[in-house]
Amino acid sequence: MGRAAQDVVFVDGVRTPFGRAGSSFAETRADDLVVKVFRELLRRNPQLPPERIDDVAVAATTQMGDQGMTIGRSAALLSGLPHSVPGYSVDRMCAGAMTAVTTLSSAIMAGAYDVALAGGVESMSRHPMGEGMDPNPRFLAERIVDTDALIMGATAENIHDRFPHLTKERADAFALGSQQKTAAAYANGWIQPDLVPIAMRSSALGWGLMTADEGPRPETTLDGLAGLKTPFRPHGRVTAGNSSGLNDGATGALLAAESVADDLGLTKKMRMIGFAFAGVEPEIMGVGPVPSTEKALARAGISIDDIDLFEVNEAFAVQVLAFLDHFGIKDDDARVNPMGGAIAVGHPLASSGIRLMTYLARDFERNPQARYGITTMCIGLGMGGTVIWENVDYAGSK
Amino acid sequence: MSEATSVTENPDEVITHARVRVFDMPDGAGRMALITIDNERDHTRPSTFGPAGLASFDAALDEALDQVAAMPDLAAIAVTGKPFIFAVGADLSAIGRVNNRSIVHDFGKLGHDVFRRLGELAVPTFAFVNGAAMGGGTELALHCNYRTMSTGAAAMSLPEVFLGLIPGWGGAWLLPNLIGPANALEVIIANPLQMNKQLKPKDAKRLGIVDELFEPADFLEQSIRWAAGVVTGTVKVDRAEPDRESWDGIVEFARAMLDDKLHGATPAPYRALDLVQAAKTATRSEGFDAEDDALADLVMGEDLRASLYAFDLVQKRAKRPVGVPDKSMARPVTKVGIVGAGLMASQLAALFAKRLQVPVVMTDLDAERVEKGLQWVRDDVAKQVAKGRLTQDKANRLVGLVSGSTDKAAFADADFVIEAVFENLEVKQQVFAEVEAVVKDTCILATNTSSLSVSAMAAGLKHPERVVGFHFFNPVAVMPLLEIARAEQTDDETVATAFVVGKSLKKNCVLVKDAPAFVVNRLLNRYMGEIVRAIDEGTPFDVANTATDSIGFPMRPFALIRLVGPAVAFHVSETLHEAFPDRFYVSDNLRAMVDAGKSSFEVKGVDGSLSIDPEVVALFDQGDAPLTGDEVLERIGDALADEVRRMLDEGVVAEPQDIDLCVILGAGWPFWLGGITPYLDRSGAAERVAGGRFLPRGVASLVS
Repeated sequence: MGRAAQDVVFVDGVRTPFGRAGSSFAETRADDLVVKVFRELLRRNPQLPPERIDDVAVAATTQMGDQGMTIGRSAALLSGLPHSVPGYSVDRMCAGAMTAVTTLSSAIMAGAYDVALAGGVESMSRHPMGEGMDPNPRFLAERIVDTDALIMGATAENIHDRFPHLTKERADAFALGSQQKTAAAYANGWIQPDLVPIAMRSSALGWGLMTADEGPRPETTLDGLAGLKTPFRPHGRVTAGNSSGLNDGATGALLAAESVADDLGLTKKMRMIGFAFAGVEPEIMGVGPVPSTEKALARAGISIDDIDLFEVNEAFAVQVLAFLDHFGIKDDDARVNPMGGAIAVGHPLASSGIRLMTYLARDFERNPQARYGITTMCIGLGMGGTVIWENVDYAGSK
Repeated sequence: MSEATSVTENPDEVITHARVRVFDMPDGAGRMALITIDNERDHTRPSTFGPAGLASFDAALDEALDQVAAMPDLAAIAVTGKPFIFAVGADLSAIGRVNNRSIVHDFGKLGHDVFRRLGELAVPTFAFVNGAAMGGGTELALHCNYRTMSTGAAAMSLPEVFLGLIPGWGGAWLLPNLIGPANALEVIIANPLQMNKQLKPKDAKRLGIVDELFEPADFLEQSIRWAAGVVTGTVKVDRAEPDRESWDGIVEFARAMLDDKLHGATPAPYRALDLVQAAKTATRSEGFDAEDDALADLVMGEDLRASLYAFDLVQKRAKRPVGVPDKSMARPVTKVGIVGAGLMASQLAALFAKRLQVPVVMTDLDAERVEKGLQWVRDDVAKQVAKGRLTQDKANRLVGLVSGSTDKAAFADADFVIEAVFENLEVKQQVFAEVEAVVKDTCILATNTSSLSVSAMAAGLKHPERVVGFHFFNPVAVMPLLEIARAEQTDDETVATAFVVGKSLKKNCVLVKDAPAFVVNRLLNRYMGEIVRAIDEGTPFDVANTATDSIGFPMRPFALIRLVGPAVAFHVSETLHEAFPDRFYVSDNLRAMVDAGKSSFEVKGVDGSLSIDPEVVALFDQGDAPLTGDEVLERIGDALADEVRRMLDEGVVAEPQDIDLCVILGAGWPFWLGGITPYLDRSGAAERVAGGRFLPRGVASLVS
């Protein structure tokens, strides 16, 4: 692809703490989560006049009720953005926010936009996975997909089948690592700077405030993981402990053309180099990040060896391992998810893509010697998405 | 913790529950215990505090304090409400049934004992006023050390004086000690006496009642973050100590203004003033005790009972008119016609266009008059745009809806035509005949007549059943009452349509019989007639003018006559004299005054003060049997009681409650009279001349 007409920079990213479905945010509207994220982003970046935002794209998987009404536009209005700022909604299931970012960035690269606001939200309390779904009977009649394909956990078991050397033990070890890295990241104060405190209502308990993710279990042990049930198959490998949970949360990111960021005095945390999405057999959707990463690297003209940092969404431990295995990266490589991941903090479906980016931006900040990083994730119905970023603080580029 | 045993329990209390949650504040400020007050209903039933609600709050404070003791980093306690509502005061639903002074006193004390804890703790307390705060809800916030408010909150107030009470849970001591007596009196007395004017969030901030405002989108998050700043010291809250030197002078000035307006007619505002005076030097406990006494005295007084009755009429009966055919019988109104283009007709055109949003056509005798009427409407709309009440787009829409013609053929497709022409029966009959020739058979013909017979106006028509009285009060945009008069032949569909239209115009409609001057003007004229008769008999002018000061009508008789115009007052007295010659009095002196072109009994001096016009005095041929002020007052009371009795016997309206509602909404007669019949009962006039009380004891009065 080479360099585009305008470079896109990731100015800033924030997120709500993620709640467990049915718990902290069960009585909180999804659009309100987006509103609070957007208002915090604008507060953190006062140099940006809000009317300079050319468009707002917000992703949600189930676009009904508080996640409907063209949430990009409705949340923009509710956030207090001027009427002149338009908005739209995006859906690519788990990679919703990632797609909102790549779509807006494409407009920036093409020179149509200068500044854009991206977001993602999922309230799995109020909109369980598959709500309102009505699969076409042809899927099964013509065997376009297996019945497994619509059950994410079953696809994870399928990955264990395809790659028998990716054992349950390795998956559990990876999961433990995610919990421990998350606890350390909290202890080091790496996560808190990008969390937006959110009021949560409970009719039974009254109003409270969330300032940290609800999901992490820092007390996790290998033994504890080993004893967990395998709901997707008897004597299977995939457990609640080595998968991400069902969660509620929202993320938001500010993107800009690099020259405009410079003009306005906005921070530049990383620069977009390229992106790709690719499809795989839906029954093993977890391997999606492999072809999307291959494609993105090829278009960017760099190789996997050039990548210094990885933020891989942890829908299932085995799916991350399949990705690492393909590229010959060790399970506990220090470049991979250094702050922990979705197994600990959770995966509110459409929002996670921007969480990965927010984490990568902080990874870059702590590692000025790192030049390139990728954010990558698997996606339902068998896809993968990858975005390649360059560290603006890269010491070598000065 | 206080005992609740001596306080009345109200089985109907919708309990406001207080729940505590503890969490980390941001920015490492420690933990906060947040109390949420929620009556578990939606915003249509705002949270109030009865005895059980106070007990729940007390328990929540205990729980929060237990947490403070258990967690050394519990650095703040805060209170917030349910969506849109913080809290709107004490639960008054049982007050009308209370007959024991000590029960009231104890209820006041209970609220004090519970809420004062918020100001007497070792940790700082915060009120996050997320929505409407009134009365005891405002007082709860005042007891806290700090307050934030949402810019989306509908209102804040201390409305107690409006109802005939005083802020009884700390407001009369806390507010002046927070913001000084001048601003406190604005909130505690002046606003309640101005039709219960509410404060907007920016007013609350300007006056210093709240420390900081935050937008509704993330109000609670920002309030908690602000509170964290207060706790860590990064946020400084400056409070100016009120000036005690000027305190007395400010209170005295306020007392003079109150006397000027009320002449001592009702006790509550004066008790409130006394409390604010005492707050200058009283301790917190002395102030709260004084509030308990004042509250108990007022609740055990007739004025408050009448006020509660009046408030209830305005809140409930005004919205559900009695004896009206179902709205399903109403006909749609998609075009309105107005006969006349004078001031009244123009006001009606503007009102109908604004509220019904349908085409309105005005007619008059010539093009010049029509144009003048249309110009009035355009000017009225332009004024609203200038005040920021209408956008230019909406203004264009309204102006586009109103048109004019000299030809009544313009009414051909109208569904509702109202006439506002000269107050003369023959003229109105002629107008209706001309209109009937043009409109369809089911078009409603409405008359704004204030004293002529609607039945007489309908008599000569082919379809008299669609004629109805539709009587507005001046100024049309402001006065809420609409008297809807059912004439002899008016059918149910017409009455139903009239009420639907009235409601769409945002008026409070009362069904009245087609009797001369309906309700309000009949009573006002009986009253004014007695004043003029007293003067004719020899009573000094100023004695007659001040005779009703002690009951507190909204204006003195001469001011009322100046407002109505002596010519109109005289004209109506003639009409009513014709209908009821033995009671309605036509004064030759008043006729002379009208003939001389005098528009008022009073003249304004260079300093703006009013005095009796000597030229008017000279016109009056007075007798030599003067009455005292008290005698005049008794005569007025008896006259009103007599007239009300007759009106009820004639079936002009269904019940005394309708009489009261009409005079409250149409004449602005005060709540503490209950409109008028509670006053007539309590003064003995009803028993003296009307054969007994109008309302049973306890309905608008103390039970014993």
